[in-house]
Amino acid sequence: MGTTMVSKQKARGNEPFSGRFGPYGGRYVPETLMAALEELELAYDEARADRNFQRRLEYLYRHYAGRPTPLLFAERLSKSLGGAKIYLKREDLLHTGAHKINNCLGQALLVERMGKHRVIAETGAGQHGVATATVCALFGFECVVYMGSEDMRRQALNVFRMRLLGAEVRPVTSGSCTLKDAINEAMRDWVTNVRTTHYLLGSVLGAHPYPVMVRDFHRVIGREARAQILKAERKLPSLVIACVGGGSNSIGIFHAFLKDKSVGLIGVEAGGRSQSLGDHAARFQGGRPGVLQGTLSYVLQDDAGQIATTHSVSAGLDYPSVGPEHAWLKDSGRAEYVSASDEEALSACQLLAQQEGILPALESAHAIAEAAKRAPRMRPSDIVVVNVSGRGDKDVDILREKLQFDAPGALVP
Amino acid sequence: MAIAFQTRPALVAYVTCGDPDLTTTRNVILAAFDAGAEIIELGVPFSDPVADGRVIQRASDRALGRGTTLKKVLELAADIRRRSQAGLIIFSYLNPILQMGFRRFAQAAAQAGVDGALVTDLPVEEADDYLHEMRMRRLSTIFLAAPTSTDQRLEKIAQSANGFVYAVSRTGVTGAQERLLDDARQLVIRLRRFSRLPIAVGFGISTPAQFVGVGEFAEAAVVGSAIVETIEQNPGREPEAVREFINRLFLARPPSSAKMV
Repeated sequence: MGTTMVSKQKARGNEPFSGRFGPYGGRYVPETLMAALEELELAYDEARADRNFQRRLEYLYRHYAGRPTPLLFAERLSKSLGGAKIYLKREDLLHTGAHKINNCLGQALLVERMGKHRVIAETGAGQHGVATATVCALFGFECVVYMGSEDMRRQALNVFRMRLLGAEVRPVTSGSCTLKDAINEAMRDWVTNVRTTHYLLGSVLGAHPYPVMVRDFHRVIGREARAQILKAERKLPSLVIACVGGGSNSIGIFHAFLKDKSVGLIGVEAGGRSQSLGDHAARFQGGRPGVLQGTLSYVLQDDAGQIATTHSVSAGLDYPSVGPEHAWLKDSGRAEYVSASDEEALSACQLLAQQEGILPALESAHAIAEAAKRAPRMRPSDIVVVNVSGRGDKDVDILREKLQFDAPGALVP
Repeated sequence: MAIAFQTRPALVAYVTCGDPDLTTTRNVILAAFDAGAEIIELGVPFSDPVADGRVIQRASDRALGRGTTLKKVLELAADIRRRSQAGLIIFSYLNPILQMGFRRFAQAAAQAGVDGALVTDLPVEEADDYLHEMRMRRLSTIFLAAPTSTDQRLEKIAQSANGFVYAVSRTGVTGAQERLLDDARQLVIRLRRFSRLPIAVGFGISTPAQFVGVGEFAEAAVVGSAIVETIEQNPGREPEAVREFINRLFLARPPSSAKMV
């Protein structure tokens, strides 16, 4: 496999629109889907160059989603940790409660352009499902969301929200009943209904052009954050930290800083409950290159190439592979990838809630956990920007179950 | 290097290896050859079979539960090769082959006496290194052609294919379907403009009538889920049940077809 990857890298270089990030990415799908991916790529290439498309997207970002989102100096949190100044990019304040809406609005405009009327999506935590159901209501598309039955249990509130918005939520009971299995089922639907249906994939995963296209719809996060921090502090941050499930919020905030070599980029994966295969979703710690669901990237798998099951307290990070551009950022050394455990994420959730009055999504709490580890070791003149990719309202049931404040004899922190 | 089918339509039979165990798979395959199947697709079970319907998903889960791996499937192929000279094709998703390495896979396949392979999620654009290793060992490389494939894509597929071309009868995953032959016929007509290889039509063919219908416009029919389901529903007598199933398919064939070359 080594020679395969090296030869492709030489042949194609690191030009994103080849569908390759170094050796990673590509288009590994059954033939039935190839024509649809080519159609999507063409539609996206045309749309990118179309000023009218960009204007409509900007209008929706601003007036529908609520962009730009604030960059907040987390004063009490910074003070309590000691060390660096921590800023929070408030994607949690967006309509529907997470960054996911950026991508959904972009793809919805593309669906309209391609003349399709049926949209399918997968969802883990339910945030992408809610955002998809939302844009489908806005544009008048039929909407079917596939969701693992385990995730439906964990995120019952979001299931109800999707149904309120007029979407059909189909439970997926195969495999580990989580995000990976929901993507499998969405791909099966797409293979069957490809002529009339658009697959609104929710992360920088899957076959080309998804990793590039979804990234581009989220790059606004980093563009805003970079301008905002320069305005507030007149200098760039030392670190930008974001959680990495598939990797859409992190790639969105990282991208504007890629050329700023002084800015460290840190992706935080789900460390789960232990370092054993099956107990976490830290692809860069336990995984190796492989192909899953259309793309070549780091994958948690066994020796024979069977995909491993994963675990995380946050459904949105509970996935055995990672966006191919992250794999390349990791190998090239431009970004660093670490993990935070379930427990660390739960503590970080409470920390931010009690220091700043902001309840982050359990996914985003992984990024907060890393900031809490690093900031005390940094100078007061250092700046850390953390992407709060989503809000934690959806996680209240899980937090209640895990933290048991209301159990007899429980210690309230 | 076209595969020469002996009857029309020839039967290409798919089995998920290791379901319910590898010994049963071997006996099923030998029974299928004995009943007249010309090629067996040795299905390598995969944890995430995105192109497969419920029946093969269930079979894959059972086979993985028994610890079936690509390596063991290749050992099974070698075992069958010692007992039969009929066609053997490895049918797999990409990742197990990628983890073994294209070179090691091609070496092992050639050594086992396998005739070729089909990799479901490896489209021709991504197949250069794979093709190189397979061709060096004169192994057939079978690719899927779909009703949604453009003429441009069919041309590329025809250029990379070897042995036969697998025409997917309809959009969708594997599994039985009532009406499907119109799409398939159109696809086969388009494919013939680009390829002189024999064409096998598959996905959803389960009844004797469908099987014979395919023979009107293609050289071979692939039957997969219906055979896997027969195995599932006949615990303890899988080889006999598959043999009976194949006999029923062949009974529907016109009497002269068996002599066609």
